[in-house]
Amino acid sequence: MELPRWNCCGTVHALAKDDVMHHLAPVRVLLRVEEAVEAGLVDEPRVVTLCAMCYNTLKRANHLYRNDSDKRRVIESIMEKENRPYGGKAEVIHLLELLSELGWGKISERVERPLEELRVAPYYGCLLLRPRGFGVDDPEEPRIMENLLEALGAEVVDIPFKSRCCGAYHTVFMKEEAAELSYKILRQASEMGADLIALSCPLCMFNMADRQGLIGRLFRDFKGIPVLYFTQLMALAFGLEEEAHLEENNPDPRPLLRERGLWR
Amino acid sequence: MPLGSGETLRLGEKLKPFRERVKELSGEDVGLCYQCGACSSGCPLTDEMDLLPSTVMRMVQLGVEEVLDSKTIWICSSCFTCQVRCPRGIDVANVMEALRQLVLRRKYDRVSIDLLPPEELRELPQIALVSCQRKLTG
Amino acid sequence: MEKEGKMVTIYVMGKKHRVPAGLTIMKAMEYAGYQLRRGVGCRGGFCGACATLYRVKGSYKLQAALACQKVVEDGMYIVQIPFTPAEKKLYDIEKIRPTPNVFVEHFPEITRCLSCNTCTKACPQDLMVMDYVQAALRGDIEKVVELSFDCIACGLCAIRCPAEIVPYQVAQLARRLYSKYILGLSEEVEKRVAEVEEGKFDEELEQLKRLPPEELRKRYESREIRV
Repeated sequence: MELPRWNCCGTVHALAKDDVMHHLAPVRVLLRVEEAVEAGLVDEPRVVTLCAMCYNTLKRANHLYRNDSDKRRVIESIMEKENRPYGGKAEVIHLLELLSELGWGKISERVERPLEELRVAPYYGCLLLRPRGFGVDDPEEPRIMENLLEALGAEVVDIPFKSRCCGAYHTVFMKEEAAELSYKILRQASEMGADLIALSCPLCMFNMADRQGLIGRLFRDFKGIPVLYFTQLMALAFGLEEEAHLEENNPDPRPLLRERGLWR
Repeated sequence: MPLGSGETLRLGEKLKPFRERVKELSGEDVGLCYQCGACSSGCPLTDEMDLLPSTVMRMVQLGVEEVLDSKTIWICSSCFTCQVRCPRGIDVANVMEALRQLVLRRKYDRVSIDLLPPEELRELPQIALVSCQRKLTG
Repeated sequence: MEKEGKMVTIYVMGKKHRVPAGLTIMKAMEYAGYQLRRGVGCRGGFCGACATLYRVKGSYKLQAALACQKVVEDGMYIVQIPFTPAEKKLYDIEKIRPTPNVFVEHFPEITRCLSCNTCTKACPQDLMVMDYVQAALRGDIEKVVELSFDCIACGLCAIRCPAEIVPYQVAQLARRLYSKYILGLSEEVEKRVAEVEEGKFDEELEQLKRLPPEELRKRYESREIRV
């Protein structure tokens, strides 16, 4: 279930050691998780994120709050209007971790339409894996998304740029430079024979999918390649076509999927 | 005069406050860096930078405050590839953030969202705008 | 006036005054001799003109209130904020649409929100301002409307916001979009507007215009308010 009350986590963890202000947003979200338990809405104070940036920001803020008692005191005093301070009990996990915990076998059992002969390049980007100590998997040799895709019956295409920066927020004021970064990743995936790319982060999605028009204008050899959230591929494999909302994706992955017999 | 001679050390002493401030703000012991260049070789954004990340590290070690004028500190997107690869365990992204903060805290904004045309604002996702504001404005 | 004319000390922009306890800040200032030209309006807590910041002796808290509503406390340091510098954003409600990015498009600075909740603390209407700014950031028009309905645009949230957001303008856009595109037209309003245009009330208005002030006052005071 969705938290009944939440705010934007701030998307990036404030790295300056004396910064407190920018940790308020994620700590407030973590407090809402404890409140949801108190309200009897959920049993455990666990918050699952789909976005890599939320995952990173919430997890790091949680770590800081639990381990830095001075900052914790300041944060508590600024959050005085809350009914109570955050108790440090929330656990932040990414959906991929939850799935891994459930077991890939269980995922396979649910598959109604295996993604056979679909060559998928998993793309992690930065914050699912880094910094070291805060990722969902080993930062240099991740397997978690590969495991999921294999459980869904897809063929995994391992691209060296799977955890290279997509350009991130530079898409706002340096969009051509950001587009070049995404282009290199997309081109590599195409060259290595991937049909499409699977990812988790909405900023990566914007840079690597929505910006393909711009990429095409900047790089004449660029042909375009569909990019899907890994959850969309799950929906497809589980036979939940409508839930996949593939009509939202740009470029449209449906012609390709139709070709492979995976779309009506 | 060879490196590490009295002259160099005195220069270092004079510029120490800057180095100490960066250490304090980043939480990183910049003195640990032995200039292997792993951060620079793994960095996906060096094409856009004027100084390599390892050069930035060296300048901070020497206390050269002019490093604040560098384009590099604004180009770093905190992807943390350097953090994963640094053999000395330095989180270079933290150092970059400290340098940005030293500039941003002097009433300087690197970008102004007011200047974005409405068609861009309609298109850009919140996640891009929020992160951009947090990284590049004070 | 309160029992035995109890007096308290207040400081208006640093100047000390003894004023009767029980007065509102606004009345206390007038008692002390200030003639209010700005920072005063309806005197009933509705117009938002009398935004005021204060601290009370012994407390670090910088508090916000409407001068016409808040009763003076002993040792209160007061300054009125009669105007909030804020650009009036121009948009044509006929042309804009209730899209998820509509708030970001017109008020991109909402992406600077820190969730620090200072706006909520400053709101004299006790609104959850931060929560509605956050709802605006994610394009939830209905939530913004629900949370901001009682906003009187006094400007205190905007004065206190460290991210330099002007929350009440964001809320106003939400309510306009909601009325225009989500709520739909109200039959009653349509009917009444038609009646007004047909001149149904012209004669009555003319009569009122000709009434002497005393009679107008009498009618005003004895008016019936039906909800």
